[in-house]
Parts: sequence; structure tokens; C-alpha cells
Amino acid sequence: MSAIQIRNVKKRFGSLQALGDVSLDIQQGEFFGLLGPNGAGKTTLISIIAGLSHADSGTVSIQGHDVVTDYRQARRLLGVVPQELVFDPFFTVRETLRMQSGYFGLHNNDAWIDEVMHNLDLTGKADSNMRSLSGGMKRRVLVAQALVHKPPVIMLDEPTAGVDVELRQTLWKFIARLNREGHTVVLTTHYLEEAQALCNRIAMLKLGQVVALDSTAALIKRISGSQLVVKLAEGTLPVSLHALLSHPDVVNAEKKYTLRVTDPAEVESILARLREANLKIEDMQLHQADLEDVFIQIMDGGK
Amino acid sequence: MTGFNTLFYKEILRFWKVATQTLTAPIVTAMLYLLIFGHVLEEHVQVFPGVSYTGFLVPGLVMMSVLQNSFANSSSSLIQSKITGNLVFILLTPLSHWEMFGAYVLAAMVRGLAVGAGVFLITVWFAKLSFVAPIWILLFAILGSAILATMGLLAGIWAEKFDQLAAFQNFLIVPATFLAGVFYSVHTLPPFWQAISHVNPFFYMIDGFRYGFFGHSDVPPYTSFAIVSLFFLIVATIAVSLLKSGYKLRH
Repeated sequence: MSAIQIRNVKKRFGSLQALGDVSLDIQQGEFFGLLGPNGAGKTTLISIIAGLSHADSGTVSIQGHDVVTDYRQARRLLGVVPQELVFDPFFTVRETLRMQSGYFGLHNNDAWIDEVMHNLDLTGKADSNMRSLSGGMKRRVLVAQALVHKPPVIMLDEPTAGVDVELRQTLWKFIARLNREGHTVVLTTHYLEEAQALCNRIAMLKLGQVVALDSTAALIKRISGSQLVVKLAEGTLPVSLHALLSHPDVVNAEKKYTLRVTDPAEVESILARLREANLKIEDMQLHQADLEDVFIQIMDGGK
Repeated sequence: MTGFNTLFYKEILRFWKVATQTLTAPIVTAMLYLLIFGHVLEEHVQVFPGVSYTGFLVPGLVMMSVLQNSFANSSSSLIQSKITGNLVFILLTPLSHWEMFGAYVLAAMVRGLAVGAGVFLITVWFAKLSFVAPIWILLFAILGSAILATMGLLAGIWAEKFDQLAAFQNFLIVPATFLAGVFYSVHTLPPFWQAISHVNPFFYMIDGFRYGFFGHSDVPPYTSFAIVSLFFLIVATIAVSLLKSGYKLRH
């Protein structure tokens, strides 16, 4: 059974098609990344999964429980860290977490609340009013609130936006531990290196459509290993090398060419051909493809 | 039950933490009304035979406080949560629309009735009151607070800005309570305005409530009770179905 099953979900806001027929299965125990530029529909999709928005059509279920018809059970299984930094100014951190437990029907949840606070370095702030906390501390409380009921499925919507390095590390250490213990984690982020390091599978959204869905490793492989960037002092790239160009259609005034290299041995043959053509290399770089290259390639792909 | 209890407790705690503003202030306001209107009109107006004007005014002020504060609690709690965004913490939970309705309305009733009791305990020393039918007093106080708490919930769901909520309060709730016979008996009005007053459901709440004290009223208490109960059922049905559909809360 999937942790989250999304079937043909469509959502329109006025004239904007926020999601157009999205289907996705997220398996239990996955660390799943949902990537895409602003406005791609990531938050809309998360809101529909969380029951904060209603899909125009299609269904979503959490571990088999439909988020509309069986919403009580679905929401018990789900913990959501919203993107906006929201808080209730009337209460302290501990009161906030106790109340959040209560909403999920949990009495005497203090042992787990203490553990969550400890893991997010919040213990010292337990009795501080929410208003008095810094942005980073409020973000930690948001994460803690999503975890009070030990949900098997955790969704984090850009949890590290504008957050310092220390919190990022604390947060990812804790979330990775929960993932190892069997919790499914779904993450949206703009930090692609973060997604690359943490997620085992990634979906890329663009204009409300899933444009790529694969394991992180397979996605990176798509960009075929490495890229050789050569800058020529004069002349143009021999026609025999055009097949290797990453961006063949880009008009190149700088005489800077990016070539795909699957095997390091190919570098030698490329250089040999350039020498044969009597071309002088001004600068040269070899770099390992990463998720960012894949992201840019996929997002620009449709153009 | 834990989910409902928690939301109810949170709503109580919310107004209790700012009690000066939510409990003390409205009690002081009601006292000022009593002192000023009672002083000015005591010699000139006798609404019911044998009942002084101040005596007549006390139940009206108590009920007005109950109604206005019940409305204020649910409406301000909801709009604050909506505007600051922390309503999401409730929307993400398994709480059902019935639990949300019950918790918001009951907590608002507690505030309304607490303010009403406070106004009563202070103003009762200024007038000679009788208590002909205490059951009616309680019944109308409870029903009246339930109706206004529910209307507060409706206003909180509907309003998107504090401005819209203020309009709801100032152009609907305040005139409806003031014109419902808090300061006068609608019996003393010209026939046209009497007829208008009888369309106002708030009139029946205050009239029935006052009957419990003096045994006098403009309409029989059973009629008022039937009308007020029906009105509650209507607003409650609307509120529960809006919560169920997620109107303006889940997009």
C-alpha cells in the first residue's frame, strides 16, 4: 500500500490551472522530493493531500484512507509542516504542543513532546511565549507541531527557507532519523543540493504537471555523467563534436561549449579532435553533473 | 472527546489570558450604561407597573452583555486565526465539523454568560429585582448566547478582513441588540416600530429573559421560546454545513 496515492488530481484557481491531472504514488519509507519552480503547484498539491484545499477532481489517499471521505483517519496518519511561518501568539511552546496533541486525541503526550523538543533544540524555550521566539525557533515549533502525533507520513513544505545552517542540520538529522525508523517523508525545497543529499526519489513539477519522476540517482544519470566545458580562443567547434553538445541550440558568442561526457576516456578524444582542427583552448573545466543540471535541463526542456 | 475538549479549552484559555479586555471591560461598560441611563430616566419612565426604570434596565443590560460578548468571542477568535494563518493547526487535525462547531460555540457561550453574570452581580445592587421564573432567565440566557456565539462563528467564517467583521458587528449585531428593547419596552413604541421590532429575533431573547424577572413581557414567554429556538436551529444548521463544506476555510 502506498503512503500517499494521488490519482488524476486537477485544481484550478480562476483562470489558472494550478494542477493538471497529477498522479503519483509515494511508497512507505521513502524520502521523497517534490521539486519545481515557484508556481509549479507544489504547495497546492500538498494542501490537497493535507485537506486544506479540495481538488476539483481526482482522489488522494494516505495509507489507503481517502483524504475527503475518510479525512479523520487520513489526517491522523499525516504530519504537515506548512510553508508560512504561523503561530498562535496566545500560548507558550509547551502549551502549543500540548494543544496540538489534544486535537489529535492524545492525552498525556508529554514524554514524546519532550523528546521532540529535545531533538529540535527547543527544550530551553518550552515555557516561552510564541511571540518572543525568533523566526528560526518558530520554524522549529512548526516542525514539532507536525510531529506531536508521531505521524507515519510527514510532509515538509520548504522547511529550510530562510533558515540558518545550524537549524538545517538539526532538522535534517532528526528527520533522517525518523525516516530510518520507517516514517515516510515528503519534502519540497528550493535547495537542490538538499534534495539530492536526502531524497531517494524525486518528482519535478512544472506548471501543474509532473515532468520528471525517478530515483535521484537515475535522474542525475540522465544528464550522462559529467560535462566538459571548453572555451575556445578562436574558431568554432568542429561539426563532428556537435552531437555531444548539451545545449545545441544556444547561440554561443563566447565560444564556450558544454559537452556531455559519459566516460572520462572521451575527454582525451575530444581534445584530440580540437587539436586536429587547430583550435586553441583558452579555458577548460570538467564537472560532475548534479541535480541542479537535471533540474535546469528539465525545466528548460519544453522551450 | 479529547479533540473537542482541547479546542474548547484552548478557546477558553484564549479569552482568559486577556481577561481585562474580554471580561472586565464589558462589565464596566454595562455599569456605565446603568449609571447614566438609570440616573437620567429613573424619575421619568416606568415601563412595568411597580418596577423602577433601573430595575427594568438591569436584565436588559445583562442580556445585551451576554449577546454581544458571545458574538465577540467566536467571531474574533476565528478571524484572528484566519488572518494570522494559525487556523491551519486546527484544519490539519481530525477534528470534525461538529467538534469545531461545539467547541467554538460553547466557549463563546461561557464568555458571554460569564460577562452577563458579572454585570448582574454588580448591577443587582442598584435596583430592586424580583425573580418570578428563574428557569426562563437561564433558558433565555443560554439560548441567546448560543445564537450569538453561532452568529459570531458565521461572521468569522465569512469575513476575510477585520473591516468586514466590524461591519457585521456595527451594522447588524449592535443595532439589533440596541433596538431589541434593552432600554425600553417595545410596547411603548408607535405601532409601525412595534411591528418592525417583532421581526427582530433579538427582541424575543431579551423579552423572554426579562419575563423571568418580572413576570411581565411584551409577548408570552412560550412564543418567545419557540421563536428563539427556531432561530437557533436555523443559524446552527447554516454554521455546521459551512464548516462541513469548508466554505472560505478550505480552498
